This record gives sequence, C-alpha cells and structure tokens, in this order.
Amino acid sequence: MEEKVIVCKDLTKQFGDFCAVDKISFDVSKGEIFGFLGANGAGKTTAMRILCGLSYPSSGEATVAGFSVKNQQESIKKNIGYMSQKFSLYENLSIRENIEFFGGVYGVSRKDIRERSDNLIQDLGLQKEANKLVGGLPLGWKQKLAFSVAIFHRPKIVFLDEPTGGVDPVTRRQFWDMIYDASASGITIFVTTHYMDEAEYCNRISVMVDGKMEALDSPANLKKQYATDSMDEAFYKLARGARRSGD
Amino acid sequence: MIMPATVSVQDLIKTYDKGKVLAVDKVSFEVKAGELFGLIGADGAGKSTIFRILTTVLLADSGSATLAGYDVVRDYREIRNRVGYMPGKFSLYQDLTVQENLEFFATVFGTTIEANMDLIKDIYDQIKPFSNRRAGKLSGGMKQKLALCCALIHKPEVLLLDEPTTGVDVVSRKEFWEMLKKLKAQGITIIVSTPYMDEAKLCERIALIQNGRIMSVDTPGNIIRAYPEKLFAAKSDDIYKLLKDFRNHPEVDRAFAFGEFIHISLKNAERTTLNAERSTLNAERSTLNAERTTVSSQLDILNRIAAENNHTGIQIKEIEPGIEDSFILLMGRNDITANP
Repeated sequence: MEEKVIVCKDLTKQFGDFCAVDKISFDVSKGEIFGFLGANGAGKTTAMRILCGLSYPSSGEATVAGFSVKNQQESIKKNIGYMSQKFSLYENLSIRENIEFFGGVYGVSRKDIRERSDNLIQDLGLQKEANKLVGGLPLGWKQKLAFSVAIFHRPKIVFLDEPTGGVDPVTRRQFWDMIYDASASGITIFVTTHYMDEAEYCNRISVMVDGKMEALDSPANLKKQYATDSMDEAFYKLARGARRSGD
Repeated sequence: MIMPATVSVQDLIKTYDKGKVLAVDKVSFEVKAGELFGLIGADGAGKSTIFRILTTVLLADSGSATLAGYDVVRDYREIRNRVGYMPGKFSLYQDLTVQENLEFFATVFGTTIEANMDLIKDIYDQIKPFSNRRAGKLSGGMKQKLALCCALIHKPEVLLLDEPTTGVDVVSRKEFWEMLKKLKAQGITIIVSTPYMDEAKLCERIALIQNGRIMSVDTPGNIIRAYPEKLFAAKSDDIYKLLKDFRNHPEVDRAFAFGEFIHISLKNAERTTLNAERSTLNAERSTLNAERTTVSSQLDILNRIAAENNHTGIQIKEIEPGIEDSFILLMGRNDITANP
C-alpha cells in the first residue's frame, strides 16, 4: 500500500461568484515526481496555496503530509518545502546566512545545520562564494541554491512553483538532476512548469483548465490519449478550449 | 531620404556596478530591413541591456549601434520616434484603462489611435471588449496584446520586443507569434528576445547569447546544419539511470535529458566517419556508404552501453538536432559553463 503524501477530494475555492478551483480530486504518492500543469488563470496557484496551508478551501478536503488543509495548516507548513521564482532567498544575506536562517526557521538543530550546510555548499561548488550575498549570484545558481534550501529540513514533500523559468538550458537540466536525486531519497516533488519537456520528467501530471482538473495521467498515456508524440501538442489541445486566461 | 530600417550593433560593451559586472561583452550583429530577428538566451544573458541601449534609454561603455541609419547616442531623438518598444516590465500604466493607455501613447507620439488602425486592427479587436478595464486587471495574455498595440501606435520602423512571451500561457504564446508574422508582412523590422528555445525557429535569423557574449548568428536552419556530430535519442524503462550510465561511459561525449528521450553524441564521432570512408575506399566496396556504416556502428555502441547496464525497453534512434541542442553545444564550445 503506497503512502499518500497528498490526498485531495472535491477541493473547491470560491471568490464570491468566481470559482477558481472547482472540485478537484487527486492523490500523490510518496517519492513521486508530480507535475501540476495548467495555463495562467486555470487555478493552479490558488490550488497550490491551499495545499501549502496558505489559504482555506471553500469546500472539499485535502491532506498534505497527513495534515488537513482546513485546520492543520501550521503543521503542513512545517512538513513541506517551498520554492518559487518570485521568492526564494534573501538577496541581502549571504549564502551561509540564508541556509542558517531557513534551517533555524524549520527547526533543524544547530549541529545539523552546520554539517548539512557544509555539505550543501560543497555539493554546489560554492565554497568561494559562501560568505557573499545571494543577490550577487547568477540566476541559475540562485535557483539551485534555493532548491537545496527548500529541502534542507528533509520535508516529506517540496512544492516548486515554476522553478526553472528563464534559466539557461544547461542549468535547467542540472536543476532537474537535483530534483531526481531528491526524489530518489524519498522526497515527493510537486512541480509546476511551462516547459513541456519538463512535464516528461514527471511520473504523472495533471492539467487544470478553468478551475477543473481535465487530465491526470502519465505523460506517455496523455500523449497516447491525444494521439501525439509531443507533450506540447497534448497540452495545447487541452488548454486551447479554456475560456479563462486570467493572471 | 528614407533610410532602410536596418539595425547595426558593433562591439558593444556594457558593465554595471563600477565595472564589476560585465553584462554585454563586445556584442556585434546586424539585422536586415523587415527581418524577424531573435535574440535567444537565458535570464542574465544581456538581452535586456542590449535592448535598452538600442532604444536609447541606456548608454553603452563602448561600441556603437545604429537604427535606420541613426546613431543611438547622437541621434537618440530620431530613434525614439521610429522605434516601438515593449520592455516586458513597466510597459503599461496599470491604473489607466485599455483605452486610456492607447490614447496616452498615441498622444505622446503625436498621433491618434485611428491614424494607424490598419496596423493594429487585428490585435485591437481582441482587446476592444475590455476598453474600460484597467490594465492592471487584465490577464497576462491581454496585457501583452495591449502593450503590443501601444508599441505600434505610431507606426514604428523597428519593433523591439523584450521577452514578450515570458510568463504568458502556451495558447497566448502561439497567438502572439502569429501576430508577429502578420506584422512582419507589413514591412516592420522586428527584434524579439526570448529564453524559449522553441521560439527560436520561428525567427528568420537568430543570435544565441549567453553571459553577455554572442555565440552564433545565423538562420535557425544553418545553426542546426552546422551541428558537427551525429545526434541520437535514447530511452529505456529507467531513464534517469540511463542518463547516468551514458554520462559515465568513456565513449560518450555528451548526454542531456530532453523530455522523454536523452540526446547523446559519441566522442570521436567525426573521426569514425573518416575511418569508415577510408576502409570502404581501400576495400573497393561500393554497396555500403560510409554514412550508413558510421550511423549503425554508433547505434551499436549506444545499444551495447544500454544493454551492458541491464536496461529494458531500450529505444535508440538517430535524430536531427534542434536549436536547444546547438545552444548547449555552443555553451560548451565557448567555455561558457553555468558556474559562476
């Protein structure tokens, strides 16, 4: 019996008349790399915020790492990692200071912080930069560092919101190497992306259209279903009929 | 005298932070009149800096640039009247309505919305239903369309679009490129920057840029044709292990993940061709051509590596390289690693 890290049933979020998330149901198993796709305005960000314990659902239920999104939001936050393009690290703190800060916030012991941060800095080859401000790092390096910090406290699941936007093709792939390694170590990965080749790296993907979950399957099966060998085509066919293209 | 709307950039250098950050490193390229030219590169490659120099809002440290024959430093006023610019950020007034934004830009350029309606009609029709909505309340795709209209309102000779499709959904991206093709048909010179490699092939010619340096300027077709080795796509039931197995093998030159497949090239791929040709000539065999022998022997090698590592569901085939393959190759050739 596979352990489920996310269980979601009829999750709904309404803003007045507007139904941003419309009765979505799905599960994510431990160690899975799960791609959460959808065009802008489809309801992805709203759904992710609920799953991260940042927003209350209007109806329906979901548990993340075993905790309810309705009344155990603080426990969810302690057990997940999060990284997005918009916010990842403090630009005016050094690399070491950022690691120590986030480690501390997530309750990692001082000893573990010291040991893990040395390993992290070494693995990323940032020994010379460790005491420099994060703001001075090239984007690709910030992204890789942010990911490492997001899983520093060994969370059960890490949420990645378009982590590789705008980054060069080599760094993108190095980033996915890191994702694979994390997944192999038992961390569940929940990732959104606009790069369709990245959708292929996922075990399963879901596609949200106008608040509903219109697809939930492996990339291979979805391509078969839409009679194409390109994820790009399959996604386009799904997203094309959408009425909403909100921000 | 009407100057053709070409763009010429010569040895442009720009640094930030008192010379500590080299953003643009001796960049040169030419854009022909009426061309759809792409500046392809990741964030931080120097694309926005180049655009700001071309639109005369930033001065380069050294080097020169001209648009339609006008110098970016000496003749900045003439350029500002002839260029349409979509800077990606801060291009619209969020608290003005669609209509108010259009009227504002029209007045600033001393024209009216109606004056050049034929140019923007297709795009304008899509945002017209939202005429009284504030720009800040529009979706990403709609903001792009409005910003494009505002950039076209004075019938510019050169259109500079800085990452117009970043952060915009897949459907709107496709629509945007359709609009660009129509604009090009009207004779406007368009320079567009993008980090999306798949958009590169929609341009007539492209410049691949990384870390402030131009790695190549050519048509997408020529860049792909110049790819020096045979490229193969492989997959198996354990694709991540396959990637590692290939990378660890001494005969493999490069292996990169590309969605469902791994793209691989072997070391000495070129030399293998020469040896095969020589042995064919020497043996005076005429049936097998060197090409086919080479491909099948490389396929054999790759299949062998996969089988040796106990992979199941192995599929390997020769493929045509794409722009992303070329970009990665050029990054390595120019010794531009992703490391700081």
